[in-house]
Amino acid sequence: MGYNCVVCAKQVPDTKQITGDAMKEDGTVNRGALPTIFNPEDLNALEEALAIRDAHGGTVTVLTMGPPAACDLLRESLFRGADRGILITDRRAAASDTLATSYILACAVRKLEPDIVLCGRQAIDGDTAQVGPQLAEKLGFPVVTYLEQLQSLEDDVIRVKRNVGNGWEVVSCKLPVLLTVMETANTPRPRAARRMMKYKKALAPLELADADAGQLDTLKEKGLLLEAWTLDDIGAEMAWCGVDGSPTKVHRIQSVVLTGGEYHELPPTDEGVAELIGELIEEHTIG
Amino acid sequence: MANFYTDNEDIQFHFEHMDVAGLAGVMEEGFRFHDEFEFAPTDVEDALDNYRRILESLGELAAEEIAPTAEETDLVGNTLNEDGSVTRAPGIDNALKRLAQAEVMGFTLPYRFGGLNCPQLVYTMSNDIISRADASLMNIYGLQGIAETISAFASEEIKQQYLPPMASGKWTGAMVLTEPDAGSDLQAVKTRAYQDEDGNWFVHGVKRFITNGCGEVLLVLCRTEPEISDGRGLSLLVVERGEKVKVRRLENKLGIHGSPTCEIFFDNAPAKLIGERQRGLITYVMSLMNGARIGIASQAIGIGEAAYRVARDYAHSRKQFDTAIENFPAVRELLVNMSVDLQAARTLTYYSTYYVDQEYGVLREMEFGNVEDKDRRRQLKQKSRKLGRCNKMLTPMSKYYASEMSMRVSNDSMAVLGGSGYMKDYPVERNLRDSRITTIYEGTSQLQVIAAVAGVTSGTAGTFLEMRLDRDWPEDVAPLIGKIREGMDIMAECVEFIKSQPGTSYRDLHARRLVDIAVYLVVASLFCDHAAVSEKKKKVAEYWLQWRMPEIHMLKEQILSGDMAAVKEFEALAGPVPVTE
Repeated sequence: MGYNCVVCAKQVPDTKQITGDAMKEDGTVNRGALPTIFNPEDLNALEEALAIRDAHGGTVTVLTMGPPAACDLLRESLFRGADRGILITDRRAAASDTLATSYILACAVRKLEPDIVLCGRQAIDGDTAQVGPQLAEKLGFPVVTYLEQLQSLEDDVIRVKRNVGNGWEVVSCKLPVLLTVMETANTPRPRAARRMMKYKKALAPLELADADAGQLDTLKEKGLLLEAWTLDDIGAEMAWCGVDGSPTKVHRIQSVVLTGGEYHELPPTDEGVAELIGELIEEHTIG
Repeated sequence: MANFYTDNEDIQFHFEHMDVAGLAGVMEEGFRFHDEFEFAPTDVEDALDNYRRILESLGELAAEEIAPTAEETDLVGNTLNEDGSVTRAPGIDNALKRLAQAEVMGFTLPYRFGGLNCPQLVYTMSNDIISRADASLMNIYGLQGIAETISAFASEEIKQQYLPPMASGKWTGAMVLTEPDAGSDLQAVKTRAYQDEDGNWFVHGVKRFITNGCGEVLLVLCRTEPEISDGRGLSLLVVERGEKVKVRRLENKLGIHGSPTCEIFFDNAPAKLIGERQRGLITYVMSLMNGARIGIASQAIGIGEAAYRVARDYAHSRKQFDTAIENFPAVRELLVNMSVDLQAARTLTYYSTYYVDQEYGVLREMEFGNVEDKDRRRQLKQKSRKLGRCNKMLTPMSKYYASEMSMRVSNDSMAVLGGSGYMKDYPVERNLRDSRITTIYEGTSQLQVIAAVAGVTSGTAGTFLEMRLDRDWPEDVAPLIGKIREGMDIMAECVEFIKSQPGTSYRDLHARRLVDIAVYLVVASLFCDHAAVSEKKKKVAEYWLQWRMPEIHMLKEQILSGDMAAVKEFEALAGPVPVTE
């Protein structure tokens, strides 16, 4: 039997390309100054979904929330093998925190009736790792975080090896399920040349300068229309979206500059090592 | 993310500067394929954008996934199992899987077989990128010429059978030519092919030094006419891997350890004839070989690129006598010479490939274009002959120059790294070992020189240079053109002298020197083309001529010396064959 997979992915600033103007004066990320990329672990989530489809059949739909520019992420997903791409875009969704984001995503995911929802473990811009579990809670799905290996998938039971930091846990659970995927789970497949040649022409209606119905029909006919949903399309209640739906308030942002301080040498003996470990535990560096 | 295309200014410069758009027009035949294949481009811009995206994507794959496995692949190599199967290094296996997923294993094949219909030039760029990541992977990736040969010469039935799985990366191929007693001299091939009463073909014999001989699709050069002992008695057959094809041995080589080099025994293996009998060597293998020579040239360039980058980086960070070693004139000169040498080889090879694409386009128009107009047909015929002559000279020149460059650059890279370079800690020793084969296989440097020198003595080189120089030059480039013309006069004088000597020995003895002069001038003419649009390239062109012109004068003196001692005084100078007790 085939499984319908929905991958939730995010376009993020490329934090490897950080320059002096990467932060605004108020301490928030200056998104305009950084190139955007596919959040790395979301690519691992996509790969996991594609592998499920390769092995069992079904579909892979990629869902992203963001400005129209996030269509690049959907096209990238299609290059790598996704069947369908949906953008949730709405000015009223701006400034959503993880709670509002997971609410909005939940409204959209429900419409898609998936068997398996896959998210990256966390995004490199916020590093919260909250959206996946929050989304599962809202959907009423069990959640398995930190997937490192999908061990089996039979009928409606999935078995997953998850990384718990100091070891692994193997868990089974019933579908539908939400998985968050780690970088170590797989290596994302490359873009397929012919898919790239085709889907580079895929467009969302809002990317067309003056979209007429004929143009939209042609795109749709060729399978090149990216869907764009508004909050109204997914029946979201405004009170739970955007600024209103976001209880997270940034209290203060501090720029921490790590500098080297004093050091002292320890002898390379058993006693020296024991002393070093003692000091590291005392300073809460380890343990 | 690391990317071997976007971090390589020189490849990008060529992509932007060369007439890739013109080649796209030729390949897409008026962009008629889009009606049948939705992914095929609709216009020139669309096609160029495709090429760029494909190279970018490949550049990322090469840098992120392939290059990091090259060291392990070199260490592990291939294993011949007891059942005659070959296990490749894990890095190579993974890379082949990725390349198949990336849909680039039918780079130049027509769309209808699952290919990308790209020009050879773009494929050559991709070979350059792959070889920089792992030279030995290129030996399998770069064997796409096998499929091209099937596409160009085999029957529709054979094409349908073999091309789709090759384009999808499910099957790989091998060109099976060499035998224990037939290396450079392929006319001596002994492997037999014969037909049974029902007309089925079978192949019997031993082949040696076969790159990727464990692949699924083997193009085997066989003697089908036992009564004809030279090249005219040879035909090309396709054999599928199976019980009757036994890999007996894997060679233990100096370099390219990821590439399995097999000895194969064909035990009356079932086969199919490619094209017509007796055209195996003289038409099909020659065509296959020319493509393969460009392939090896691009492999050599990729290796050179890898070696150069290590040296450039090392010279910047390594401090001795309180300063980075890049500040010492001797090291600077090493690095500059490496960089310019590398650019020269790339320019020569890319332009050669460009002319191959041009020739291919003309041939295609003649064959399939339904050209009714007599004048146009005559025009096309003339153009094809002219391009054919050019390519017969430029292809061996590229293979010769690029492979020798690869050795020089890897060697100099080791000079920059010193003791560290000699250790396994840096990839330079691998680059040096890998580069060595490029001057040997697909025809040694000595054979390339013999193939290229005919183009110099017959006047093709002069005509080609005239064609390249025949344009309006910016004022600041004009002095360089003057120097090239001076070099052309010297070349003509040398050709005349060589022609005045009796027999062919003198020509063969001095062929390398004459070809060097021609290569220096051809590269100079191409560099000047770049100098007209780029200040940076102008400096390269000036440096090139500054140092090559004195060499040209030296070569002239040697050629005009009339000295034949190496041939005539061989016994005295080389001494007797050493006898070991």
